[in-house]
Amino acid sequence: MLRDAALVAGKDLRIELRSRVGLNQVGPFAIAVLLLFGLALGPDRAVLAPASAGLFWVAVLLSTLLAVQRSYAIESADAARDGLRLSGLDPAGIFLGKAGAVAAQLLVLEVALTIGVALLYGAHLSGAVVLVAACVTGTVGLAAVGTLYGVVASGLRTRETLLPLLFLPVVAPVLLGATKAWNEALAGTPGRAGTWLDVLVVFAVLYIAIGTVAFGPLLEDG
Amino acid sequence: MSAPRGKTQLGTSALALRVLGVVAVAGVVATVWLGLFVTPPDEFMGNLVRLLYVHPPMAWVAFLAFGVASLSSVLYLWPRTRAEHFDRLAGASAEVGLVFTGLTLVSGSIWGRPTWGAWWVWDPLLTTTALLFVLYLGYVALRRVPGEFHVRARRSAIAALIAFVDVPVVYFSVEWWRSLHQAPTVLNPTTHKTYVHGSMAWTLLLGFVSFTLVYIWLVAHRYRLAEMQDREDDEGLEVALAERRAEASV
Repeated sequence: MLRDAALVAGKDLRIELRSRVGLNQVGPFAIAVLLLFGLALGPDRAVLAPASAGLFWVAVLLSTLLAVQRSYAIESADAARDGLRLSGLDPAGIFLGKAGAVAAQLLVLEVALTIGVALLYGAHLSGAVVLVAACVTGTVGLAAVGTLYGVVASGLRTRETLLPLLFLPVVAPVLLGATKAWNEALAGTPGRAGTWLDVLVVFAVLYIAIGTVAFGPLLEDG
Repeated sequence: MSAPRGKTQLGTSALALRVLGVVAVAGVVATVWLGLFVTPPDEFMGNLVRLLYVHPPMAWVAFLAFGVASLSSVLYLWPRTRAEHFDRLAGASAEVGLVFTGLTLVSGSIWGRPTWGAWWVWDPLLTTTALLFVLYLGYVALRRVPGEFHVRARRSAIAALIAFVDVPVVYFSVEWWRSLHQAPTVLNPTTHKTYVHGSMAWTLLLGFVSFTLVYIWLVAHRYRLAEMQDREDDEGLEVALAERRAEASV
């Protein structure tokens, strides 16, 4: 299963490296979102800095939608999805591979966004361990739910509009937990982020478990 | 030529269902009458207490409906109990649940404005209910996407479970989110129930019973409608073809 996951993740990341859609489109989109938040809230750093954790994670959530849609767009051309089904790979492995590739791309994006909030909003980066831990656990949860709903929506004609409606309410705990963990870290009290990291871990484990079980039937149906 | 008859089903004209509908509506009317005219105003809340005869029953029906939808989704996914009626029941119950969640939010908001001074407060229960509303809006939207019956049913059932598993995570995270901020000093409608007695308790009980009956009645109708829609999908073209051929041969 893990070998299959590595194969699928390698394939997705290789396509990404060659096509550079993430680099050329998803990344700039996230930066644009950061700039627009700045415009919406005004130039006052006393307002922007405390809000930077929340704005960072909303930008990540929106970017996840694009990353997931892209992850399934590459399967829709040339009946690649049928090829994936015929490949004999373990569906749980395919799920983990696709989610892993999405998570890897998002983590790279989050590095850029972190620099963005530090520069644009004047967020004082502290508590690096908590920041990174929240990014990793939160992103794994987002990628798991995104990949799961992505396969639900991927075969449908209304996938572009349906995916956000399905995805965003479910990941509310990630937004909440990751934002709170970041707030504690940025406020210089990373020790109080423990509960929130727990929420992120529970969420990620829960949806990875559901995904490994449910992905097979969903892939077959599409 | 009439449509070919399928297996015998509970029609919406069945006597039991009609009786249920009449009793349910009469119960709601009686609840409103008792709540507005018979019961006394509350010592602390005054006339506002009258909203509490309908608000908790609405919330109860909403949670009951989502519980039924989740249970039927599990039963549909479980190979031994897989049957079309569990899918229809899940869909019907979720839709009725959405209506009652909406009513719960609106009635709660109307009650909250004079009590808390705001239409909305970020209380854990309210926030969870609002997120639940959007979660199941997504589920119902997914159900409406056309497709082959079993494909659609399986995908909907899995989506229902993804949403259902989220509910406790949402609730606890939202609760921690608030409790770490500040203890919301709000009047909790659930603790207030311990003080109701006499005609007020009876009215509240009647509210619970009659709203539950309304739920069953609505789900039965929605279920029947879904069944007819499925049959129309299956047989509609055949019947139309047969009718046209019969016209031509006259």
